[in-house]
Amino acid sequence: MVCEMETDQIEEMDVEVLSSMWPEDVGTEADKLFNVEKSAGDSDMLKEVHLSEKRTMADLTRLPELMKTTQQGTSQVTNLVKQWEYMQDNAVRLLREELKILTRQREEAEATELKIIEEHNFETEEPENVPVLDETSDLFRRFRQKKRDALVDSKKIEIDEEFDTVAYWKQKALSLEKMLEASTERERRLIEKLNESLKAMESHSAPVEELTQNLERAEGFLHFILQNAPIVMGHQDKDLRYLFIYNKFPSLREQDILGKTDVEIFDGGGVKESEDFKREVLEKGKPSKREITFETKLFGSKTFLIYVEPVYNKAKETIGINYMGMEVSDQVRKRERMAKLREDNAVRKAMESELNKTIHITEETMRAKQMLATMSHEIRSPLSGVVGMAEILSTTKLDKEQRQLLNVMISSGDLVLQLINDILDLSKVESGVMKLEATKFRPREVVKHVLQTAAASLKKDLTLEGTITDDVPIEVVGDVLRIRQILTNLISNAIKFTHQGKVGIKLEVISEPSFAIENALNADAQEQNGQTETSVWICCDVYDTGIGIPENALPCLFKKYMQASADHARKYGGTGLGLAICKQLVELMGGRLTVTSQVNEGSTFTFILPYKVATSDDHSDDQDEFSDMVDHHPEPDDTTEGYFQFKPLLGSIYSNGGPVIGNNFLPHKVMLTSPLKLINGFVADPTSNGIGQCETGQVENGGYIDETRLKTSSGHCIESDHQYENGNGRCLSKESESCSSSQASSEGGTLEMESELTVSSHREEEKAETDLKETSKPKILLVEDNKINIMVAKSMMKQLGYTIDIANNGVEAINAVQGSSYDLVLMDVCMPVMDGLKATRLIRSYEETGNWDAAIEAGIDIKTLEVEQGCVHSTKRLPIIAMTANTLAESSEECYANGMDSFISKPVTLQKLKECLQQYLH
Amino acid sequence: MNTAVARLQRQFQDYIVSLYQQGFLDNQFTELRNLQDEGTPDFVSEVVSLFFDDCAKLIKNMSRSLEQPENVDFKQVDSGVHQLKGSSSSVGARRVKNVCISFKECCDVQNREGCLRCLQQVDYEYKVLKTKLQDLFKLEQRILQAGGTIPQVDI
Repeated sequence: MVCEMETDQIEEMDVEVLSSMWPEDVGTEADKLFNVEKSAGDSDMLKEVHLSEKRTMADLTRLPELMKTTQQGTSQVTNLVKQWEYMQDNAVRLLREELKILTRQREEAEATELKIIEEHNFETEEPENVPVLDETSDLFRRFRQKKRDALVDSKKIEIDEEFDTVAYWKQKALSLEKMLEASTERERRLIEKLNESLKAMESHSAPVEELTQNLERAEGFLHFILQNAPIVMGHQDKDLRYLFIYNKFPSLREQDILGKTDVEIFDGGGVKESEDFKREVLEKGKPSKREITFETKLFGSKTFLIYVEPVYNKAKETIGINYMGMEVSDQVRKRERMAKLREDNAVRKAMESELNKTIHITEETMRAKQMLATMSHEIRSPLSGVVGMAEILSTTKLDKEQRQLLNVMISSGDLVLQLINDILDLSKVESGVMKLEATKFRPREVVKHVLQTAAASLKKDLTLEGTITDDVPIEVVGDVLRIRQILTNLISNAIKFTHQGKVGIKLEVISEPSFAIENALNADAQEQNGQTETSVWICCDVYDTGIGIPENALPCLFKKYMQASADHARKYGGTGLGLAICKQLVELMGGRLTVTSQVNEGSTFTFILPYKVATSDDHSDDQDEFSDMVDHHPEPDDTTEGYFQFKPLLGSIYSNGGPVIGNNFLPHKVMLTSPLKLINGFVADPTSNGIGQCETGQVENGGYIDETRLKTSSGHCIESDHQYENGNGRCLSKESESCSSSQASSEGGTLEMESELTVSSHREEEKAETDLKETSKPKILLVEDNKINIMVAKSMMKQLGYTIDIANNGVEAINAVQGSSYDLVLMDVCMPVMDGLKATRLIRSYEETGNWDAAIEAGIDIKTLEVEQGCVHSTKRLPIIAMTANTLAESSEECYANGMDSFISKPVTLQKLKECLQQYLH
Repeated sequence: MNTAVARLQRQFQDYIVSLYQQGFLDNQFTELRNLQDEGTPDFVSEVVSLFFDDCAKLIKNMSRSLEQPENVDFKQVDSGVHQLKGSSSSVGARRVKNVCISFKECCDVQNREGCLRCLQQVDYEYKVLKTKLQDLFKLEQRILQAGGTIPQVDI
């Protein structure tokens, strides 16, 4: 019984030990359980099983060796041994106990036997007489002792018969026989048990079998866990050659891997890195983890998280590494996506805050701008009052000192006005409010107009010239108002700092500059839009022979409020904003503004701008028009002129057919000399004007000022000298028209008016002549919608001696301008139907292009008949004066930007009107 | 008779100066008066009456727009105010013009309440000015009837 209990215990213990490490029979059952979710079915399962066999590749000759030599191997073996030893111990203990029991039973049995023998002896001889012999006596004594101890048994034998009778012995013999039988029986049982024990012992004494079972279970468990895990495990030796590998993705055979290094097996990205990493671990002797992305032909792009630990032998020497890799491509991808999202988020947030900031700044800017506009109005209105009054004062009787003081006052006032306008311009560019417009224009005309305008207010003995190379297109597309503004600014700047010599503009086509090519890469859209249009880069030099700019002053030249030096600022005045505005405008249009200069020799400001070349359709129209003009009116044409020159004729009258109110009104004007056509190879038809001699001279001399012309027009010059009170005696050559009109001069005393109209058409001239004969008054158009304003303005004009035409809105104005030629337009800004700004733009567009296409496009009904009549292209610029209410919407800068020449703030007063008319009607 | 004329003339002078001083008129009115000559003896009164007619019409239109409880056509009101401002500034009706300026501001921010207030104010101002100017013109007539001339007034 005891024995059985013991074996039970052993079994229980066994189970306990195993259950804590390996669940029993997990393999097959679990397979069935977990593979249910796989749709692949039985065949797949088989395949997996099949695969799992192959996944492990091991160098069988070296692995056991490894197990023996490495610490890991040793500890595993030690564990197994310990377990086995424990079980052995247990078995031994049990056997010993059993042995003890058996020994005791045998002793008992022997004792009984001895007793029986003793009792027999007792029958035959006296037990007391038994000689105490050496060994046996001792044994005897012991037995005796025992016998007494175990008397219980023997006492059971009760003998009823009388001692020493036959019956007594018989009885005794019988009972002894029984006892013997029992004893024999016990002995037999014991022997049986012993045999059983021995059998059990035999079964216990086979640990290998059990260990094998354990190992199988362990392996099964490992397979169970690992069969679907994306894991590669392996062991590599010191030279990183594989000795063992478990691979979830078996695609190589055993001989392809074992005994080889990573580099020998794979090639591609990450292999070298992993090899290096393993080597590093080998050297440092510290296990570590790393993520490596492989990019191999064998299995594509995969990221593995690799764990590498060094393996030591018993002598603590590194003999290789254990390596475990788990594929984490998905995780990495997810992580990267997360990181990217996070990054995007951060960027977006940053952008958002940036945007908020920008919005805030923009709001601030707008507020500031509004404030500036309001302020400018607040400042400008009273200031124009001051300046205006001062100007009126200057017409009264003053002594010399008073006049000087007054002049200072006026010029200061003008400067402040200019400053305010400049600030407004600049703030507009900077706040990004400024919009560029693309209109067709003729660069030659622009250059000429700018020079003409500059010449008009020239008070120095300077020659203004313009040169345009032949390759510059006749028409280009760009923001003509801004370009004109830049040119005007640069020219007036040049004139300001030049005391003698010349100031000029030169236009030429250049190849695309490098900075633009870079930009072009960023803006492909432009090219997509320009299907029919091609871009052309035009370089514009504005040069002078002025005081020049010292090199150290060049860097700050384009900065706001900066001038080359304080001395210059004092001497020449100016706001210091002009160049800054120019630079900003040029850059806004995608160009560059640069300057070169030499002190006392002059400066050259160069700006490079891209222009679109106008489509050929319009161009051909123009050419027709042009050829018509060539046929009938052999005057030089702006479209092809390549050279202009303006020379000051100090004190002369530049009259546009207007009334000569009084010479003291008239600012200095300039005569235009016109050698232009010859430079372009265009020879005017001399016969049509009947001045053959003059023309010949032109041809011979390349069309420059020449004596022949002076002679031919000398008679005329004398006449004009009467008018030019302050004339410098230099009578510059008139051009062909002047000669032709000298015929007209005999009819009336208006020679100088016509002779000056250098480029106007013949037809217009005739018209002007007849107008002059009839009224000799300038034609003024008032564009205004307010009846009361019209009434007042009309009355004022009447008092000033003019009659005016009225148009009630922009459309009427355009119709009026298109119908007859005016010398001045007073234009209200805010009007119904079409406002003054737009009307002005359309009129300017007509002046640039010679057609009313823009107006027709804007929906104005232009009568075609009149278009034909009016197609004679007037090249003079119609002065348009804005009448502003000084509100934000009607700022003067807006007026200038839209092509207006000046403005009168409302309410219009007699004085303002008078000044304006004086300025623009000569 | 001369004394009567002189009295009327002084009365006229005082009156017109007070109109300037009280801000009813500004220099533009002087401009207007300067434009009047023998050829156009009634120029000022013609312009001014045209102005008052205009005022009445514009104010009527604007009040019609502003009476809408919702969806006030501020664009229309704005154009009216613009007209009125231009006219008043042209004739030198200073107070009317000043109200127009604040009227326009209200209009810009589409403040209906403010617009209505301004409208009332402008209505009041132009009517006051109208009576004042009518008085002035009557005074002128009386001077002329009495055989005097309208005195030049330096403001």
